Amino acid sequence: MEIVLVGLNHLTAPVEVRERVSFTNEQARRAADELRARGLLEETLVLSTCNRSEVYGVPPEAIRESAAGVSTFLSEFHSVQHDVLRLSLYHHYDGHAVRHLFRVAAGLDSMLLGEAEILGQVREAYKFAHEQRATGPVLNRLFQGALEVGKRVRSETELGARPMSVASAGVKLAERIFGKLKERTALVLGAGSVSEMVLAQLRDRGIAKLFVMNRSPERAGALAKEFGGTVMPWGEWEKALLTPDVVVASVSAEKVLNRAELESVMSARGNRALFLMDLGVPRNIDAAAADLYNVYLYNLEDLSDIVQQNRSARESEIPKAESIIEEHVGKFLSWQASVELVGFVEALRSRVQQERMDFLNERLAAMNHLSVADQQQLQTIVGDLLEKLLIDPAQQLRGERELRRKIQNVEALRDLFLREGDKS
Amino acid sequence: MNHVFLILTIVCYSASLALYLAFLNAGKKLGERSATVFLALGLVAHYFALLERSRGSHTVPYHDLYGSLSLFGWLLGLTYLVLELFHRQRSVGAFIVAMVLAVFLASNLAPPDKLTPPPAHGPVFALHVTLSILAYAAFALSFVLSLMYLAEEQLLRSRKLGNVVWRLPPLDLLERMSRSSVLIGLCSIAVGTVLGFVWVDRLHGGFWYYDPKYVITLLVLLLYAVYFFVSRTAAWRGARASKFCIFNFVIVILSFTVVNLYISHSHRYF
Repeated sequence: MEIVLVGLNHLTAPVEVRERVSFTNEQARRAADELRARGLLEETLVLSTCNRSEVYGVPPEAIRESAAGVSTFLSEFHSVQHDVLRLSLYHHYDGHAVRHLFRVAAGLDSMLLGEAEILGQVREAYKFAHEQRATGPVLNRLFQGALEVGKRVRSETELGARPMSVASAGVKLAERIFGKLKERTALVLGAGSVSEMVLAQLRDRGIAKLFVMNRSPERAGALAKEFGGTVMPWGEWEKALLTPDVVVASVSAEKVLNRAELESVMSARGNRALFLMDLGVPRNIDAAAADLYNVYLYNLEDLSDIVQQNRSARESEIPKAESIIEEHVGKFLSWQASVELVGFVEALRSRVQQERMDFLNERLAAMNHLSVADQQQLQTIVGDLLEKLLIDPAQQLRGERELRRKIQNVEALRDLFLREGDKS
Repeated sequence: MNHVFLILTIVCYSASLALYLAFLNAGKKLGERSATVFLALGLVAHYFALLERSRGSHTVPYHDLYGSLSLFGWLLGLTYLVLELFHRQRSVGAFIVAMVLAVFLASNLAPPDKLTPPPAHGPVFALHVTLSILAYAAFALSFVLSLMYLAEEQLLRSRKLGNVVWRLPPLDLLERMSRSSVLIGLCSIAVGTVLGFVWVDRLHGGFWYYDPKYVITLLVLLLYAVYFFVSRTAAWRGARASKFCIFNFVIVILSFTVVNLYISHSHRYF
């Protein structure tokens, strides 16, 4: 019962290759069907996100080196030259494959360390494969374990905490001042890509009202429509700054607000707290305004520093996450060993009983002086003896996890005690 | 029996403090609710410990420093629990429960004053004492919240955020919690003072029996009322209101120490 993983990710493949080897749901279903139809894998799951494409599978017992077959299949399926693809692909087996998946689910293998999205993507991929009946007992157990690892790492470590982008750091800082943004108003100056990112964050955090102001009203209109905001005419600063709690400025090459202007705005606002996020380069808001009463001003550099602090804090959580992963890898391997060992013991019992019958039948044929009843009694005695010899180890294997852990290689036991015909 | 409640109280408060700290330090959400549960259990055990202590004097403990300190700690914990449930915010818990535990330990480590128990004064007097101490507990809570406001604001302005800032309550919430706490304090001190006058009237046949404690209590009431009304005005909202609240608590401490010990002749420990 081997687990095989063949895949590529943002560390091993450039974006051009990742794009070509990505799977839609329909492609994932088709690939899983073909892999099983070709007899390469018995259970299959395709995990495809923008940063990775991975095929997890359980090959039939008889097939060795199944990863090579899956690699060839991937190059054919996506029409990518095998030589090109080979350089980007990684192959993992059993414990390494399990550990890899658990790290992926925990966000340790993500481009943005600890990001939360990947856990949802793993959940979706598993749900889809399960619905398609492409998974079996092994992959079901493996992916349920991965989801548990992801949840535990998220709740027991700080790996996913604290914002990691300038836009999210700014919005989270605003929440440090105002609390939930559901009753707050924000004004976004400028309609470039940075403004768009902040608008998305503000919308995700449930901001009550959004205003967009831009020199080109068309672009402002498009953004306002996309994010459910309202366009404000460019230039009416004092009026525009009266109501919002959060102001995001990202206007190119233009100084928008100086300290004196902001001072009069604050006086008109009755000193209600104002959170200013200056993401413009050069800066849009006079840095001296930061010391105004109830004004909280953060520029791009401040926010980048905070993101850097957060990145270091996340990195310091890696050992905790790794220890959770190791605990679950151990659990999974122990379960896997128990299933394999139980199978092995069953096969051994049936072989021993078969051997007993053949052996006794041959010997009893030469012992004519024994009555039929005696012969049957002898059969029973030998049968009981062999059962007794096997039943204790079988019960121990079922009960003792530590013993199962010690038996590292069930395959070696099978080779040693079973004939080819008994293995299946 | 008293020892059982004493130990139970210490164990529950300590567990609550550890869980609040774990939440503050590492964001352990699992422990978050347990911290509140342990605080509630601690308050129940503390209540029975207080009951045992009061049994001899047949009234609320007010005549010895340790008794009134213990009552103060209990009311502080209770006020905080109400605010926590109302505002659904647990990050302040570590600071308040630490204070409650310290007050409880201080009130129990030393033996009670060797004063003869005073005669029981009836429910009006007991309510006067309890409400006054509740007011001081609520003011102490608003003091801690205001200190937290100033510290967090300082951290936000310095841009050195560290780990804890992301789990502290938002400034706006700290301000609201502080106002709620002051409102509880104002209501209790107002009713408590009126009850005090009613009791003086019964005892001496007239409302006015001069004690400098009256003046400072009325000053405290006035200052907190001013804080409550100006803390949302343009000139005061934000850090200035928090500083005002801290100043008011300094006057409360003054009332507790200098006035009680050296000037007042009818208020000793509340």
